[in-house]
Amino acid sequence: MSDLVALADGVVGRAEVGEQLEVYVARGHDTEVRAYDGEVESLSSATSSGVGVRVLLPAGDGEGNRLGFAWAGSLDDEVVAATVAEARDNARYATADPHVTLAEPDGVAAAEVDLWDPSLSEMPIDRKVDLALSLERQVRAADPRVRQVSSADYGDEQVEVALASTAGIRSFTRRTSVFLSVSAIAGEGADSQTGSGFSVGRSPGDLDPDRAAADAVERAVRMLGSTKAKSGRCSVVFDPRVVSTLLSVISSALSGEAVVKGRSFFAGRVGEAVAAPTVTLVDDPTDPRAFGAAAYDSEGLACRRNALIERGALHGFLYDTVSARRAGTVSTGSAVRGGFAGTPGAGCRALVLEPGPLDQDGVLAAVGEGLFVQSITGVHSGVNAVSGDFSVGAEGLMVRGGALAEPVREVTVASTLQRMLQAILHIGGDVEWLPGIAAGQTLAIGDMQLSGS
Amino acid sequence: MSEGPLIETSVLERVLGAALARGGDLAEVFAEDRQTSGATLDDGRIEELSSGRERGAGIRVVVGETTGFAHTAELTERGLLAAAEAAAAVARQGGGGVRTVVLGDRPPVGHRADVLPSSVAKPAKLDLLFRADDTARSAGAAVSQVQVGYGDSRRRVLIANSDGLAAEDDQVRTRFNVVAVATGDTGMQTGYESVARTEGWEVFDRVDVDDVARTAADRALSKLSARPAPSGEVPVVLAGGSGGILFHEACGHGLEADHIVKDASVYVGQVGQLVASPLVTLVDDGTVAGEWGNFAVDDEGRPAARNVLIEHGVLTDYMWDLLRARKEGRESSGNGRRQSYQHLPMVRMTNTFLLAGTDDPDEIVAQTPSGVYVAKLGGGQVNTATGDFVFGTTEAYLIEGGRITEPLRDANLIGNGPEVLRRIDALAHDFDMTPGTCGKDGQSVPVGCGQPTLRITGVTIGGTAA
Repeated sequence: MSDLVALADGVVGRAEVGEQLEVYVARGHDTEVRAYDGEVESLSSATSSGVGVRVLLPAGDGEGNRLGFAWAGSLDDEVVAATVAEARDNARYATADPHVTLAEPDGVAAAEVDLWDPSLSEMPIDRKVDLALSLERQVRAADPRVRQVSSADYGDEQVEVALASTAGIRSFTRRTSVFLSVSAIAGEGADSQTGSGFSVGRSPGDLDPDRAAADAVERAVRMLGSTKAKSGRCSVVFDPRVVSTLLSVISSALSGEAVVKGRSFFAGRVGEAVAAPTVTLVDDPTDPRAFGAAAYDSEGLACRRNALIERGALHGFLYDTVSARRAGTVSTGSAVRGGFAGTPGAGCRALVLEPGPLDQDGVLAAVGEGLFVQSITGVHSGVNAVSGDFSVGAEGLMVRGGALAEPVREVTVASTLQRMLQAILHIGGDVEWLPGIAAGQTLAIGDMQLSGS
Repeated sequence: MSEGPLIETSVLERVLGAALARGGDLAEVFAEDRQTSGATLDDGRIEELSSGRERGAGIRVVVGETTGFAHTAELTERGLLAAAEAAAAVARQGGGGVRTVVLGDRPPVGHRADVLPSSVAKPAKLDLLFRADDTARSAGAAVSQVQVGYGDSRRRVLIANSDGLAAEDDQVRTRFNVVAVATGDTGMQTGYESVARTEGWEVFDRVDVDDVARTAADRALSKLSARPAPSGEVPVVLAGGSGGILFHEACGHGLEADHIVKDASVYVGQVGQLVASPLVTLVDDGTVAGEWGNFAVDDEGRPAARNVLIEHGVLTDYMWDLLRARKEGRESSGNGRRQSYQHLPMVRMTNTFLLAGTDDPDEIVAQTPSGVYVAKLGGGQVNTATGDFVFGTTEAYLIEGGRITEPLRDANLIGNGPEVLRRIDALAHDFDMTPGTCGKDGQSVPVGCGQPTLRITGVTIGGTAA
């Protein structure tokens, strides 16, 4: 066990009689190399750590607890003691709530997921630098139309988290991750277009620089000569990367917290057909291939596989401890938090659609006519997960005769999330575990509004 | 928060000297002590009061084209020397020898808040949240959920570099926001409004949280009867202060020197050229007291400045940070910013706004036979290399026969920066600013945006109506 667990235990020992206390201790080490024009533009390497403390004060018979939270970017003894005191003081002013409590061990065993590559800490810095430099070289050399590589990065991260509480929770998780990413600008005459590529993994050996480079180049080059398409209704085929983003957006409506607070269009619809009958959607952080795989959730309960939509019917939601109590159920092991400075809430880690039989070419052929979208913009400004209104900027290629045709840009595609789920035509079999909380795969959706000229 | 210096001058001088011991052109220490507090009311309850504390230093060493960077949470000489050593690992020529750094005077800088939020009792802050919750809920029976957020921060920074620069700042910021959900036959809609100022508790002397709450609730309520936004290219009138985000995205990012030197902006080589309608004069100004993107010195120690970027449609200059400016043999424009001591600085906007014109705002609408009136914008996004950008509406109406008529559901608008800027054909004499959070390369910083009421002759709106 790590020294972080001992540290967490020590903090729990600071709880005063009658109060509940939970501590989240994290330490991370990361390295980032950015190459530009054949040189190292920047090289950063640092360790950071911090602590987040929740204190619950009992409010009296049947009234429940008051919750206070404090965090600090340090594991220094004095700072940690001050953080506990501050969390306790904050708790005095919160509203007492019978549903507010800490997670208690629920007997579910944690899955064995190995997310740690011990060799990463021994990897020489020169090799990391070489990976970034050669990625840039590779993209520049790939096609004469590549005019610029605006960034080529190597990055890695080692994160350890210990969690302990007066309720008997004690968990320790650690993960390594490595990534390569590159942005290319292709040009022809006055026309410039961009494309990005990346590769992620747990170990440097997982990285695929060729794929990252080829993706960036292909995506930039094929957009050259793009024009605005004509407005109209059409079928849209989304690239796996875009689908990962779409699923992440939909996931916020599947959070039990959104449901109990009346912010989800799925509320009260369990058992109803909310999607096309081919749609089965699960969140499974116990799948080690998932980028968001984890043995324990952010309250220290075992992560588990949760079915959300089954053959088109809404099956259930994801809960952390507090939202589950509000809904009259139990946690699904789905607490997530944004590091030591955040408090837990209910959310997804590893969403994936059950794959269909077709690869991307097969989906394009089956759709016949429509728009293929390789990237979208304005997700945070044009998609409302409460109302379901969906409108995003898009670039990609027209689909004609079942194949990719001329490139289009500066258009939007719009619908509502509710209608899009019902209008799913084809789900690709090309599942890719992308960075973030959802896998990607090709997805075709019918009857969307394309807005252009 | 202690009021003493974050790091003594003599320590800074030794650390900077050590950072250059193996060679290098520039070394810099950026120290930060940030304290935050916040509260969230949701579903009628104060769900959470939180406090945070973060302090540490980031050290960079620049050798030729390469920057080495490391950070530490230890502000002791030992912690700083270790970070300096790590940052200096990029300097391999080894011929630096002993470098003596002498820092200039560092006049103590006080914070500019009248009332430090940390001096205000927690219950007084919670009262504001309860009041806003009540007001939003009483705006209409269809208001079904309300979330209210309050936050304040105090950020003391210290910057010293091997050129002898030493500077400090003490930034106090306060924000308040309300999200309302309204439920009707057509489903749910949301309304959002926020106030965010580089000021202390005194912000609530002028800002009535009831107004903030009513605005958020009214936005959600009006959209219950909204019809789908149109699609295709339409004339658009942006209300004054609805969100200068249009300019932030349409050209602001493209005028950041880091994109320019990498030839990753459509505005490369355009200084002196007409890049917008002659009505457009665009300014980035970190000195505007109280605005969300205001500070005394930037995160490289350069005093905040007012920079005219576009004057009567002609591009006058880009925005610069220290490194890009040094390469060009010029001064930074005070646009070097970073999210925290754990990040490298880069070129960032501060408060970016379009100066007011002379038209009457109502006349602009009256002279628009048909189009879309945007009362409030949400966020946006731009690809600087192509100039294509989007920005989303959160309160918009149809314009029919020169009159504002029916409310529209949320949608993104999409355009190309240089094209949209040329299509501005009317500019009013009103003006307002909006706070926002700008994200770039994984770092978030507070910015202000502003504009008067204006009209764009054609921009593509991405609604679902044909």
